[in-house]
Amino acid sequence: MISAAFDYVSARSVDEAVSALTEHGDDAKLLAGGHSLIPLMKLRLASPSVLVDVGRLRDLSYVRDTGDEIAIGALTRYRDLEINDRLQADLPIVAHVAGLIGDPQVRHRGTIGGSLAHGDAASDMPAVVLALDGTLVARGPRGERTIPAAEFFCGFLETALAPDEMLTEIRLPKATGAGWSYQKFRRRALDWAIVGVAAVRNGRTGVALVNMGSTPIRASAVERALASGSSIADAARLAADGTEPPSDLNADPEYRRHLAEVLVRRALEEADGAVTAQR
Amino acid sequence: MTTTEIPAADGKGLVKIGQPLLRREDEPILRGEARFTDDVPIPGALYMEVLRSSHAHARIRSIDTDAARTSPGVVAVYTGADLAGEWVGQIPVLIAPDPAPLLAPRWGPIATDKVNYVGEPVAVVVAETRARAADALEAIVVDYDVLPAVVSPEDACTDRVVIHDELGTNKAYTWEVVITPESVDAAFADAAYTVKQRHIQQRCLPAPMETRAVCAVPDPMGGGGFTLYSSTQMAHLLRTLLAMTVGVPEQKLRVIAPNVGGGFGSKLQTYPEESLCLALARRLKRPVRWVEDRSECGVAMIHGRGQVQDIELAADSDGKITAVRVHLLGDLGAHCKLFTPGIPVIGGPFYHGCYDVPAFAITITSVYTNLPPTDAYRGAGRPEATYAIERAVDGLAAEMNMDPAEIRRRNFIPPFENGHQTVCMVPFDSGNYEPALDQALELAGYEQLRKEQADRRASGSTKHLGVGIASYVEVCGYAPSRMMAAGGGKFSLWGTSVVRFLPTGKIVVTTGSHPHGQGHETSWAQIVSDRLGVPYEDVEVLHSDTAIAPYGVLTGGSRSLSVEGAALSVTCDKVIAKAKTLAAHLLEAAEGDLEFNDGSFNVKGTPSRALPITGLAHTAAFDAHLLPEGMEPNLSAETTWDPPNFTFPFGTHIAVVEVDEETGAVALVKFVAVDDCGNQLNPVIVEGQVHGGLVQGIGQALFELAAYDDDGNPLSPTLADYLVPSAAEVPSFTLGSTVTPSPSNPLGTKGVGESGAIGSAPAVINAVVDALAPLGVTNVIMPASPMTVWRTIQAARAAAPNAKENGR
Ligand SMILES: Cc1cc2nc3c(=O)[nH]c(=O)nc-3n(C[C@H](O)[C@H](O)[C@H](O)COP(=O)(O)OP(=O)(O)OC[C@H]3O[C@@H](n4cnc5c(N)ncnc54)[C@H](O)[C@@H]3O)c2cc1C
Repeated sequence: MISAAFDYVSARSVDEAVSALTEHGDDAKLLAGGHSLIPLMKLRLASPSVLVDVGRLRDLSYVRDTGDEIAIGALTRYRDLEINDRLQADLPIVAHVAGLIGDPQVRHRGTIGGSLAHGDAASDMPAVVLALDGTLVARGPRGERTIPAAEFFCGFLETALAPDEMLTEIRLPKATGAGWSYQKFRRRALDWAIVGVAAVRNGRTGVALVNMGSTPIRASAVERALASGSSIADAARLAADGTEPPSDLNADPEYRRHLAEVLVRRALEEADGAVTAQR
Repeated sequence: MTTTEIPAADGKGLVKIGQPLLRREDEPILRGEARFTDDVPIPGALYMEVLRSSHAHARIRSIDTDAARTSPGVVAVYTGADLAGEWVGQIPVLIAPDPAPLLAPRWGPIATDKVNYVGEPVAVVVAETRARAADALEAIVVDYDVLPAVVSPEDACTDRVVIHDELGTNKAYTWEVVITPESVDAAFADAAYTVKQRHIQQRCLPAPMETRAVCAVPDPMGGGGFTLYSSTQMAHLLRTLLAMTVGVPEQKLRVIAPNVGGGFGSKLQTYPEESLCLALARRLKRPVRWVEDRSECGVAMIHGRGQVQDIELAADSDGKITAVRVHLLGDLGAHCKLFTPGIPVIGGPFYHGCYDVPAFAITITSVYTNLPPTDAYRGAGRPEATYAIERAVDGLAAEMNMDPAEIRRRNFIPPFENGHQTVCMVPFDSGNYEPALDQALELAGYEQLRKEQADRRASGSTKHLGVGIASYVEVCGYAPSRMMAAGGGKFSLWGTSVVRFLPTGKIVVTTGSHPHGQGHETSWAQIVSDRLGVPYEDVEVLHSDTAIAPYGVLTGGSRSLSVEGAALSVTCDKVIAKAKTLAAHLLEAAEGDLEFNDGSFNVKGTPSRALPITGLAHTAAFDAHLLPEGMEPNLSAETTWDPPNFTFPFGTHIAVVEVDEETGAVALVKFVAVDDCGNQLNPVIVEGQVHGGLVQGIGQALFELAAYDDDGNPLSPTLADYLVPSAAEVPSFTLGSTVTPSPSNPLGTKGVGESGAIGSAPAVINAVVDALAPLGVTNVIMPASPMTVWRTIQAARAAAPNAKENGR
């Protein structure tokens, strides 16, 4: 559990970070909270030769009200999301889910931007951002661009970010007063979800799944069924449609499909306020 | 918890046996000031990293170390062949089944021509820094000729692949104890009810918080000896075994176990890295250190459990058990470590549980597999035995439609205070099983729970409530040398202690115990303060350093208080006796006229003229001319104590679970443990030991599995995949106790280090099965993960389509 040797650069601004990425290309990696990257490096599953530390960019840690949306800086730590009043009022699902991630150490180090950029299908925040139909803001040598969440997660641990781009902000439409639910099915408090479901009923219903494929995904069949008037139970039966769930010690694909159905149903019921399920 | 407000000492600084005390060890540990092996600063030390086999079963064709040798910072690279000359002897097996012959393969600290499990050392790199050593490790190329692997004990039995050519079979031994075979057969023939079950004791990782660490240091004064720091539970025994195998003369080797962050049996061992660091320090004439990675720990440390258990009960029409028959299949792993073949055997006599069973038969076959060796792990054989019998007793209750509490009540061995010869070899010390059951039922609110369960079932809820009971009796206090020998022990264990008064009246105790989380420094000082009437703070307890402490064999098997602590109590008596003779001499009184209270001697009836023992200690040291003729100066004594019998703690645990039928998730909502460990020295430590044990047993029941694929590759070597439960996964425990003093030692204690881990797993699984009984479920294998439980429910539904269909 000792990483290979690497050079370390501490970036003082986004521009500095982007130019370090541009200079070192594929060999460089941004380091945010380090809670996904450093374990990979210690297991020597990742061996970047340059680490560009963006963890000190405090001006990228914020939650701002921009009118219809809430803008969250990419370097905002989970703990700061969990206790943020604005989120608790206008996007309670984000604050709630931030409080379910890992353990207190993870929540004090890990960043929302790091989680999204890592693009792990088993992570919680990507599903929330998908269900909310958020927008991601990236900065690279060619300037800034926005990417819809639905187009962000491309493959296993792969996102739409170019190697020289940095994620700077996440924009999420407010869901004040909307029904929502997050079902995180796991064995221990600090574990990743075996299967997770984020549901937001805000006029339209957004449903996204955790750990049901190689990327964070939306439960599109469920969303469509609900849009065309299906009952919750009927829509939930489509939860695993089109998914290719992974197999591991906790769950094989068949069990994951079953869980997805149960959890989507529970999420939708809870979002409807029909039952107060366990949270 | 009953006690966090601790009334420390009284006005004179005295503490009493039985008084709750916080542990003096804890503050430096909690503050991060305590040093562990890898923290010990050793100038000039080299770092060793170990290349481990990536195959479960393979021949080593060749190892190319050229690139590693020239890697920056590397001092040396060695293969097993390079080091073959370093070893002078084979590591012995210390408990073997007796009288069955044991077939055991030879093994050394590092493989030479063949590897037998993933994780077996094949080469080492020694470098100036740990990172350099880790880099060089990647440059070693091993050419393996991969052989088919044997990963299940059932497969091993077939000898389809024989792992050790020289043995010609994978079977290590078959040990059979049949007490009157005719009566067993007759009992089954006449039985009104029979139960037949198979249980799997999955392999568990001990996963101590501190992984292992070693540092071997050549004598800096040039004396030709070595100091070896190791995170071990047995400094003295380690020294003896290293002397026998690495060839450093025992008197030239000092072994120190600094603070040790848990062991649970895993550090009751000599490991390859200890031999390697010592041999390399000898060869390179420099200190050599090594620390185990967390993911290395899962493959380089022994595993616990690993058995397949077939158990059968026969009972008469009243539910009285008339016979127990057991076939055990033990998975020893790749070879025998110190106690490997003995673990299933230690559990053997406990398969009748705390029940009065007239006929008993057990056959144990143990086999080699291409997995890491199994060995002692919290409970070592008794959790396995308890699990099987307690699951079977619940099976009998279900068969008879009888309350599981009632069936236990009908079968308990009646109370006894001084000896009960069980059907299988062992004479129990003292026992009174029913009050522990009663108290547990009371604390759990059993009647109310059964009512709630009935209501819940009637309501058609998909959240099923289950209540599980497990009563146990186990064995601790490993020492009685005659009994150990009769049970297959190839070594003796006894207790040692030395009490020395210093001239200022303070006391240094040295003990043969090797605490690694048990709190002996607190407990031993408590014994001395109570016995000698000296302030608790004036007693210093030293241990775990072979240059300081008397030879103590090991700390394990919940033996320390009942053997090492009892030895200390005996030593205190000797000190008092000597002090009394001196006091009588100085007071010009007859010894018989003296009384000893709170640390002072006085003539009965004249308490005003009292001689404190601390003053007598000063006199004995510095005014030795005042001593009676023939008395040696100094107030000190020592004892090596070999008790007459083991101790047999017992108790009843009750688990309450809620099982989500839709997902298979098990929530443990309540856990009650009533344990009888005889007299309690310090109830705070008793509770702490029970808490830890419970979480470990609950871990085995619901979370933990050292998983392997069909080729013998580990699937759960890290703590991301091997699920050790935390405080968040367990309810706040409800603890109770009964006190049945043991006649086996002067303290009347029994031991409580393992009880928690022994009663909890069967209580939890009994609760899960109880919850799902209406769905037709009769067994759930451990760990009862959500997927396992869900699949079990599906299978029960498929098998009994007309079992209650719960509907949405
Ligand atoms: C014990 C443990 C438990 C955990 N449990 C959970 C859990 O329950 N749920 C969960 O969702 N996660 C969990 N995690 C993962 C955790 O949430 C990570 O912190 C998070 O996934 C990554 O955020 P980070 O800031 O630590 O990113 P880092 O580890 O620093 O980076 C991760 C990756 O993203 C890249 N990156 C980081 N920031 C940016 C950026 N701004 N722009 C572009 N690329 C960037 C890095 O180069 C790297 O490739 C757990 C982690 C641990 C160690």
